[in-house]
Amino acid sequence: MSQNEILKVEHLKKYFPVEKSFIEKMLTRTRHFVRAVDDVSFSVLKGEIFTLAGESGCGKTTTGKLVVRLIPPTSGKIFFDNVEITTLDHEALRMLKRRMQIIFQDPYASFNPRMKIGEAVGHPLEIHGLAKHDEKRKRVLEILERVGITPAEKFSDLYPHQMSGGQRQRAAMARALILQPEFIVADEPVSMIDVSLRTAIIDLMLNLRKDFGLTYLFITHDLAIAKYISDRIAIMYLGKIVELGDKPTIFSNPMHPYTQALLSAIPVPVPERKRKTTELIGDVPSAINIPSGCRFRTRCRCAEKACEEKEPELIPISPDHYVACNLAEN
Amino acid sequence: MTVDALTVEYWTRKGKIRAVEDMSFSLEKAETLGVVGESGSGKSTLGLSLIGLVPFPGRITKGKIILKDKEVLKLRKDDLRNLRGKEICYVFQDPMTSLNPVKKIGAHFVELIRTHEPQVTKQEALKRAKKLLKDVGIQPERLNDYPHQLSGGMRQRVMIGLAIALNPSIVVADEPTTALDVIVQAKILDLLNALRDAYGMALILITHDLSIVLQRSDRIMVMYAGHMVEYAPSIEIYSNPKHPYTQGLLKSIPNIELADQKLEAISGSPPDLLDLPKGCRFWPRCYCAFERCRMEAPPLITTGTEHFTRCFLYEEGRKA
Repeated sequence: MSQNEILKVEHLKKYFPVEKSFIEKMLTRTRHFVRAVDDVSFSVLKGEIFTLAGESGCGKTTTGKLVVRLIPPTSGKIFFDNVEITTLDHEALRMLKRRMQIIFQDPYASFNPRMKIGEAVGHPLEIHGLAKHDEKRKRVLEILERVGITPAEKFSDLYPHQMSGGQRQRAAMARALILQPEFIVADEPVSMIDVSLRTAIIDLMLNLRKDFGLTYLFITHDLAIAKYISDRIAIMYLGKIVELGDKPTIFSNPMHPYTQALLSAIPVPVPERKRKTTELIGDVPSAINIPSGCRFRTRCRCAEKACEEKEPELIPISPDHYVACNLAEN
Repeated sequence: MTVDALTVEYWTRKGKIRAVEDMSFSLEKAETLGVVGESGSGKSTLGLSLIGLVPFPGRITKGKIILKDKEVLKLRKDDLRNLRGKEICYVFQDPMTSLNPVKKIGAHFVELIRTHEPQVTKQEALKRAKKLLKDVGIQPERLNDYPHQLSGGMRQRVMIGLAIALNPSIVVADEPTTALDVIVQAKILDLLNALRDAYGMALILITHDLSIVLQRSDRIMVMYAGHMVEYAPSIEIYSNPKHPYTQGLLKSIPNIELADQKLEAISGSPPDLLDLPKGCRFWPRCYCAFERCRMEAPPLITTGTEHFTRCFLYEEGRKA
């Protein structure tokens, strides 16, 4: 692991068992799994914004949760700052969470509705025994002020339902930042926020990165936002990374047919600007029955015979541009 | 269709909320009108009121809706029911919950067609359903499936199929693609466009996504806190936006075709409809608000052919 890497993920897998009914359990022995994350490897450099993008069900959120160890992986290794964190015990994990935090999509669901905002934001300090009473209050007000919840005095005494969605998401940022972490996983932080407020939240995230020296793992389905915010992007499809590269490469020279289709489907805010959409056949297959060989072949417009048998690996085709496609290998 | 001075109010315990206030516009044949606004701007209420379906405790307190010489709001219940489906149809946001989970897809079509045209036999209705499914890009065999056997995109296609079953002159699509992924979204929007051309129906596309309406509609209506703040052809909205809110929105949406784009945020947040600011509803967030904006509500001002905006900046004799 090089000096610059803050996070490194190797062959990460997460399979969720599919619940069977009583009768099915009696009759069959085979167990089925949802292969939510299926052999994913990538690394995040210090200070960058690394984006995982893809459609719903591609495993991007599961990857985010695995990385901060909210759920245990089925197999694979995760390194944080050169230390393997996949095998840490409870106490060590607790210490780790001071350094890595996660922000969720729905800022309403992620706050306890009976806890005032000030309490909720200060709660991590208490859990980690870092500050109490006056000191805690002081730090809560400071951080609220910093994320743009002003006047902090007033808002810290409100309950989550008394705030707007944008303010709640800011409060979620404050709660994540109060432990002064180095690494933040932001899972669709703006997708539930009104359009006119989104830009402000994104700008806040960018400013905080500068001021606190943060590294983000940004998870989104919206490639337009991904383009605005990220340094490097990984496109996921059915639990696998199909293309990974820095922002200019992904957007100006997408190699994987899926990335091309995804990019061509994004609406452009220009009238009568009908983009030529790259046609994709059908729908995303179920993650329980993943097609053999290349998992994208059932929808790919240039799939060949070989794609049925050979599962493509994520290989570099130029420095810092990786593609998992049998056709790109040649 | 013409809508004149439409006002819809919700009477809640905390007070009256004017979700839609003083809306006037007209819709031409085979036109796509994009209605864009944030949550709480009244865009869905507007859509629902067009088919007389404002949910309790809302009621239409003022205004007229005229559809093909008929006044929608004065119709009796039965006539209104006839009108829905035949003349004007609604595609809801969530395709997961708008189909009946215990009925096959075919049964949905049969019920709809036979309610409006009782003389049609079940066989004939099913035959028409098959053709409709083909039109929306689903294999006809799917008629025997239950809704849960279809994917989200396919369910939305079925909803669209149901909406066009009786060949209505207007289809209102309320956030038809919000619950769907981008690739499916593009396909559904293409489908709506194609059907509009094929059947010659007018389309009202309600969404929060300005990119979609800019790309897909002929005219755009921008809503803010219950008011129509700007109404113009989409080219005008794009190249010559008048209202500061529209200008702000345009600056805050990312465009993947531009290399290095600087986005600008609109300060503040949308107002509480129970506690609206005095004067113009947008002034607390406006970069060019002046004294008068705080006192009086601006009227809808014409700023060129077919371009209307609700802002004092464009009043007669005032240079913007």
